[in-house]
Formats: sequence, C-alpha cells, structure tokens
Amino acid sequence: MSRGKPIGRLFLFFAMFALLLTGCEKPLSNVLDPQGKIGKEQLELINLSVYIMIFVCVIVFAIFFYVLLRFRRKPGDNAIPKQVEGSLMLETLWIVIPIILLVILAIPTVMTTFSQAKEAPKTASEDFIRVKATGHQFWWEFEYPDYKIRTSQELHIPVGKKVYVEVTSDDVVHAFWVPGLAGKVDASPGRINRIPIDADKPGIYKGRCAELCGASHALMNFQVVAEKPSEFEKWAKKRQKPKSEPQTVEAKDGKKVFAQNCMSCHAIDGTKLKMKGDKAPNLTGFAKRNKIGGLLDNNEKNLDRWLKNPEKVKPGTYMPGFSHLNKKDLSSLKTYLKSLK
Amino acid sequence: MATLVVLLVFALFIVAILTGGYNKQMISRFRSHWLWEWLTTVDHKKIGILYAIGGGFFFIFGGIEALLMRIQLFFPDNQFIVGRDFNELLSMHGTTMIFFVAMPLLFALMNVAVPLQIGARDVAFPFLNALGFWLFLAGGLLMNLGWLFGGAPDSGWTNYVPIALNQYSPGSGIDYYVLGLQIAGFGTTMGGLNFLATIINMRAPGMGFLRMPLFTWTSFVASALILFGFPPLTAGLFLVMFDRLFGAQFFEVALGGNPVIWQHLFWIFGHPEVYIVVLPAFGVMSDVISNFARKRLFGYTSMVFATLLIGFLGFMVWAHHMFTVGMGPMVNSIFAIATMAIAVPTGIKVFNWMFTMWGGKITYSTAMLYAVGFIPTFVLGGVTGIMLALPPADFQYHDSYFVVAHFHYVLIGGTVFGILSGLYYWWPKMFGYKLNETLGKWNFWVFFIGFHLTFLIQHFIGLFGMPRRYFTYQEEDGITLFNQISTVGAVMMGVGALLFVANIVVSYRNRTSLVAGNDPWDGRTLEWAISSPPPVFNFAQLPQVRSLDCWWHEKMEGNKEMEPAEPLDHIHMPNDTPLPIIMSLGFFISGLGLVFRAFEVGVLGLVVVVVTMFVRSFKPDHGYHIEVEEIKATKKGA
Ligand code: HEC
Ligand SMILES: [Cu+2]
Repeated sequence: MSRGKPIGRLFLFFAMFALLLTGCEKPLSNVLDPQGKIGKEQLELINLSVYIMIFVCVIVFAIFFYVLLRFRRKPGDNAIPKQVEGSLMLETLWIVIPIILLVILAIPTVMTTFSQAKEAPKTASEDFIRVKATGHQFWWEFEYPDYKIRTSQELHIPVGKKVYVEVTSDDVVHAFWVPGLAGKVDASPGRINRIPIDADKPGIYKGRCAELCGASHALMNFQVVAEKPSEFEKWAKKRQKPKSEPQTVEAKDGKKVFAQNCMSCHAIDGTKLKMKGDKAPNLTGFAKRNKIGGLLDNNEKNLDRWLKNPEKVKPGTYMPGFSHLNKKDLSSLKTYLKSLK
Repeated sequence: MATLVVLLVFALFIVAILTGGYNKQMISRFRSHWLWEWLTTVDHKKIGILYAIGGGFFFIFGGIEALLMRIQLFFPDNQFIVGRDFNELLSMHGTTMIFFVAMPLLFALMNVAVPLQIGARDVAFPFLNALGFWLFLAGGLLMNLGWLFGGAPDSGWTNYVPIALNQYSPGSGIDYYVLGLQIAGFGTTMGGLNFLATIINMRAPGMGFLRMPLFTWTSFVASALILFGFPPLTAGLFLVMFDRLFGAQFFEVALGGNPVIWQHLFWIFGHPEVYIVVLPAFGVMSDVISNFARKRLFGYTSMVFATLLIGFLGFMVWAHHMFTVGMGPMVNSIFAIATMAIAVPTGIKVFNWMFTMWGGKITYSTAMLYAVGFIPTFVLGGVTGIMLALPPADFQYHDSYFVVAHFHYVLIGGTVFGILSGLYYWWPKMFGYKLNETLGKWNFWVFFIGFHLTFLIQHFIGLFGMPRRYFTYQEEDGITLFNQISTVGAVMMGVGALLFVANIVVSYRNRTSLVAGNDPWDGRTLEWAISSPPPVFNFAQLPQVRSLDCWWHEKMEGNKEMEPAEPLDHIHMPNDTPLPIIMSLGFFISGLGLVFRAFEVGVLGLVVVVVTMFVRSFKPDHGYHIEVEEIKATKKGA
C-alpha cells in the first residue's frame, strides 16, 4: 500500500514541525511514526484512509466553494431560481462512488483486523516472548511467565521479537497503550485481552493508560524499554538474581525500616523479608529504573518527594506518605532503595 | 428526618412571610402573576421557549467547565485543577452538554417549529410536553447540585463501572448522575413519544408524510430513536443505582458480574444518542439552506430515506465505541462495516445540500452562515468518523484526543451550529422580532474560527499520544504549543458565545426596529404563513396543504394566505396546569433523598408523584373553548 506514503510524509512533516516548535528531544510516542511492525501496519491503514478521505474532501470542498461563490444572490435580484426536484443520475452517482470507496477501504481493514488478532502460540519459543500486564490504580505491573520475573512501571522487551501482552486489571478498567509502537487494548477486571507489540529499534517508548481510571489517570505512565535481545537476556538474568541484600551498614538499617513500613505492600525479590506484599510495585532492581512511579525522574530529590508525600505527586494513590519517619530512617531507607540493582 | 421537618417548616414560614400569609386572595394573587402563566403552561410555543432558556442556562455551566479544563491544559504539569476535581469537570461537561444543552435546545426548536410546520394547534399530549420539560429541568438541577453538596460525578459521561461503583467513587457524585439522568430521561422519553404521536396524528389535511418539511422528518426519526434508545440507558442506570444504593452486585467481578455489560448498555443508547442530537440539526440545515437558496430541497425523497436509513443503522453500530474491549476480530469487523455503511446516507445528504444551493440565489443571513459553515465542518467530522471505524487504526485513535476532536466536529459542527442556525431562523417566529444580523455575523465568525482553532489541532494532539480525559501532559510529549493553541481557540469560542448573548440583549432592546412580520425570510414552509408570534391556537382554521413547501407554493400561485380546510369554528384548547411542575418537584425531592440515602425522603417524593398522578387521572379537566368572536378579534389585531 505504497499509495498512502505521501500522506504519511505529510503527517510526518507536521510531526517534525511540532518537535521543532517545542524544541524537544524524543517523545517516541508518535502514532504517525511507529517503531514496530504492528504499528506500521496500523499506520498503513491510517494512511490509506487518509488518502481516500482527502480525495473525498477535495471533491466536496471544490463543489462547496464553487457553489458558495457562484450562486450568491446579487442585491436587487428577485428572480426565482428554477425549482429542481432532483436528479436520478447524480443521486445514483453519489451513492455508488462512496460505496466503491468504502469497499476499497473495507477489504484491507478486515484483513488487518484478522491478521493482527492472531494469538500467541501455546509453546514458548525463541521468536517471541510473553508478558502479562496488569493495570492497578495508578501503576502497571509486568510479569514474564517464561522468565519468572515480576516488575513494574518499566516493560523491557527485546528488539525485533514479537511480544504477546496479556492485559488485565486488578481493579477498574484501564487501557494499555504504547503510541509509538502499536495500538491499545482495554485492561478490564476479570478479562484477559491479548495484543502483540514489537519494536524495530532500541529506545524508550512512552506507555500510557488510555481509559479513565480515577484521579491520577493522567499520570499512569509507564516506559517500554526496547533493547537488543542479548541485552534483554542480560537484564532478565540480572532480575532473576537481583542484588537486593544490603551491603553497607546504612543500607542494612534501611532494610529494617523497609521491613517495618513497606513490606506489607511492596515486595523485593532476593531478600529474606518475612513477607512479599503484592498490593504495590515490586521494587526489585529499583535503582536501575528510569522513573519513580513511571513519572518522576529517578533521583534523590524526587525519591524524597515521593516518599514524603506521594499524594502530591499522584492524587488518589494508595501509597501513604512517610514524612513522619525521622531523618535518619528516611535517609537509610533511601540508601537501601538506591542499592537495589 | 428531624432536620427535614425543621427545614420544611422553615420553608413554609418564609413562603408565608413573602406572600403575606395565606388568605383567600393569595391564590388569586398567585394566579395572576406572569410567572404562574409560565410555570403552568402547556402551550408548545411557550414550552419551546422554556426549553431554550433551560438549555441556555446549563450551557453556561458546561461552557465554564470546558474553559476551566482548557486553562488547566495550557501548561504541561499544571497544578490548577488536577485529579478528582478535573475528573468532575470532564464528567459534568460531557453529561451537561449532551443531556442538558443539546437535547433541550433541540426540543426547544422541535416545540417551536414542528407543530407549526405540520399545521397543528399543539402537540398531541400538551400535558406530557410540560411534564417532559419540568423533568428535564429537575434532572439537570439535581445533577448540578453535586457541585455544592457531596461532589459532582467523576467517572466521565460514560460512567464506566467499576470506577462508578461505591468502592472507587465513594462520594455522592455518581448517585447524582444516576438519579439525575433517570429523571431527565423520563422527560426525554415522554418528549420523544409525544412528537411521534404528534407527527403521526396531527398533520393538517393534505400534509402527507412526503410533504413534511425535513426538520419535521428528522425530528420524527430522532423521536423514534429516543423511544428505542433511552430504555437501555435506563436499564443500565437502574443496575448501577441498585449496586450503589442497595448493595446489589451486578457489576462485582469477584461475584461473576461483568462490567462490560454496562458498556454495551451505555453504547446501545449512546450511539443512537448522537443521531438523536444530530438528525434534527440536519433537518434545520435542510430547511434553512433551501429557504435561503430560494430553491426546493434537491432530492427530497432521497433525503427522507437517507434520514430513515441513518436512524436504522444508528442502532447497528454501537460496538464501534468498544473495539478495544477485546470482542474479537469477527465482531469488530462486522461493526466496522456497519459503521462505514452509515457514510453512504450521510454522503447523500451532503451532496443534496450542495446541489440545493447549486443554481439557487443564496442570501447569507446568519442562519444561513451557520448552515453553510456546518457543511465543511461536518464533512471533516464525518471523514474522521470513517477513519475511526477501522478497528486496527482505531486501536491507535481510541480514547485519544483524536476522538475528542472527531466528536466535537460532529457535535459542535453538527448539533450546535444547527441549533444556532435554527435559533436565528425561528427567533422571529418565537418572539416577533429578528436578531441583529451584524452582531449575528460577528457571532458566527468568532465562534466558527474559535471552534476550528480549538479542535483541528486536537487531532494531532491525539496522534502524538495524548489520551483523552488527561488533566495534564509532560513537557517531553512535545504537545505544549498545540494545547495552548487549543486553549486560545476555546477562549475565542467563549467570546463567540457571549456575542450571541449580547445579540439577544441588543436585539431585545431594539425589538421595535427589528419587527419581523409573518414571513421575514420569504419562507417556504407552513410556519411562515401565520403571524409572529402565532396566537395560542396557531391556526384559526387548519390549512389545506397542496404540495411540498406548501406556503411557497401558495405564494407562487399569488395567494396571500393558506386556503383553509375547515370553516371558522370555536377551538378547543387544554387548560394550563401546575401538576407537571409539582410532579417533577416530587421526583426531584425523591432523587435528592436517595442521593443522601434518606430513604424516607425518597419515598416522600414518590408519594407526591403518585398523588399528582392520581389527581391528574381522576379530576376531570375538559379544557376550554375559544369562541369565534375572539378568534376574529385576534386575527384583526395581528
Ligand atoms: C499501603 C501500601 C503501601 C505502603 C505501605 C508503601 N507503599 Fe510504596 N507504593 C504503593 C503503591 C500503590 C505504589 C504505586 C503508586 C503509583 O505509581 O501509582 C507505590 C509506589 C512506590 C514507589 C515507586 C515504585 C516504582 O515502581 O516506581 C516507591 C519507590 C515506593 N512506593 C516506596 C515505598 C516505601 C519506601 C515504602 C515504605 C516506607 C512504601 N512504599 C510503602 C503502596 C504502598
Ligand atoms: Cu488507568
């Protein structure tokens, strides 16, 4: 469907234009410039439809403006125009042509709808990976059943491989969307929806929740980190054997604070904590994450902000504030969190 | 309960002071007040004006909500209105604009024009008509009370469960939504039923179905859609109400409930709803375009059948709002194709409008400007509609600003432009004077440009990955400037709307110089054959209709008025009655009681309703007669 390309370029031009104007580095969440095969198929369909629609608009607007200018009533002109009843020929014409255009559009639509709905093969293989994504108010949990890894906010995927995502929700309806890679699917409680996504290029893609899910719906971002397969495997290995035991005295104190305050909600793999909370993001390897809560840059200042008053960052979050901890506990806690690799 | 009694006594006390206490004169003093006449009227023309005032009133709320949201979105990471507050704004904006602005304003036009266009003296059920209006008002006021007491609805106008259930929305917001919409929905359903009955039964002699003006036709089809579209919504609201108020578990996943059911119920109503609000607008456009091009509507019959087809297909496509729910490729494909099919009748309409103007003599009055501005706007909204109908593409567009842009193009470009066009067009018929044309043109251009400035760019905001209902975005998304342009446009639309208000005020002040006469636009349809505003009984003698565009036809024959179809005789009219407003008050009290879980009050309200129903049914009310002398006097006076 190369016919659609020029329009795609036109859109791309708009995209570039926008980037220039706002002077920004790399949003990587552009529907018109997707970085994966599935997104590109969807874009082809978008392009085809834009192409047909521009054709329609050109015709309609041409007639429209011609009529407006040509047939205006001049002052003092009281002649009665001929009262035309209709025209079978013309009316048939504008029934038939739209039908033809729609058929042209409908065929690839139905084909793509079916081809993209293919489900993951039952047995694991080298060519694809499987991920379970669960929406929570207001964070995402990711589980890799074939690797036995559980993580949150950051979805690592290998470049060039299909990723079959099983999307569901733990509370209300969310929707899983990575605009720069592919379309979205709802995360409904009690249902599992499957969508494939893939990335051609390494990079960080912005993920979003697209279905109103409560106060911090707008802040339920996540990141998709696409890496070369070898690096992905390395990451997975590391996550299977995380460095979660404290190495310094301060970090040891931090772990104690964690056990007292946070363990009931948060889990950290690779430690000997008494319990593994599952009401909140799994914090294994937290220091390696780019963002806190999928939103703030992961640095000292923001971690402080988050721990003291998460409500201020994400209204309606279930994470309580810990501004009541004394300075020493707080700083050792942070040291411990920052040691989680 | 005790507080309630105290409040009641207190209220009675105040009323007593204000009215000078109860005595025999009080009732007559009440009755002779001009307000009483409006509160108890069953005249379709007055009810039309009431609907217009009601819709305009709620438009102020909906508009302010929209502006507040756009202000919040002016800067990335803005902290002006965030979180739940923003969700309340977006929910109330959507609900208000659809149910309490678009619908009543269309009912206003329908009330004003339909009976006149078909040559009727009133609607089929004047009492129901009044009741419909008061219920709409009661529902709208009840819902907006949320701003003052206990929080407004915060789960979007779509009110998806589970966020709309107690667990995730614990305040009383959703209760207001559920009860307010049920009350208003009663009213709307009655309105729809009433117009169906009116159009089927009350047409003047000779007014065959294929001689009805297009506005009447589209109102007819929209009324049928109301009749079939609202029950699923009511059913859904009932389920949510039982879940919230009485601890039923219809949508509780852990107990086998299925939240997707709500989405189906909502959209089985929701999609016809968009045709309910856009079809009458199509009708206004058809009448206005044909009027100001001085030509008969091109392809009248195909227009009628296109309307019917749109109405029918409108029930077959609801699941295109749910492509991402995970219904599978088969269901998605079927609904995609059904959706595309709607483009065909819509296309017929657009071309017929353009070819009505082709060869005509176009006068660009404000009403016509809105009708003309509507065509390209609606076409843009239509083509994005087709783009949204492709499931794999929709996976990208769905719930993003692309959708927001699309539906504002059809709802503002279609419905709102249609309403404004209709108001400019029928204003002289409603009040006897025209609106100022210079201000009208300012109003049009500012609103029109503001509109495109606001929404064209939102397509791209969506394509750059911003979902709808977001209270903020980040600097890195690269959409700051786009959002700022959109906000500027929104402010401009606000100014445009204020210009309309200014026009009303200015025109009212200068009404003596804007006097309209019977037929200010050289009209074609029956309403222009009688005086402006028409007498209570509309037609002293029912007219004999001899063709499509019957009034134009008579004028072309050289006649000064319609040929009467009956001898001059006394006319039977219905009495005014306070029962509709009392009944609505009962519903309002009941709703308020349920919102606050004061079930005694809820029952009390319903008792009021039942008692008024009883009075209505068993107290005979035969109406009154207008005698021939009086009719003759009105005729001379006009
Ligand atoms: C009541 C349960 C609860 C407790 C107790 C709790 N948290 Fe959280 N925490 C959460 C939730 C829920 C989130 C997810 C918030 C979001 O992003 O919406 C979260 C998020 C976080 C994050 C960001 C995670 C990420 O993936 O980016 C950090 C860090 C964190 N919590 C640290 C702590 C620490 C440290 C403690 C103890 C002092 C603690 N939490 C106690 C519920 C809890
Ligand atoms: Cu969400």
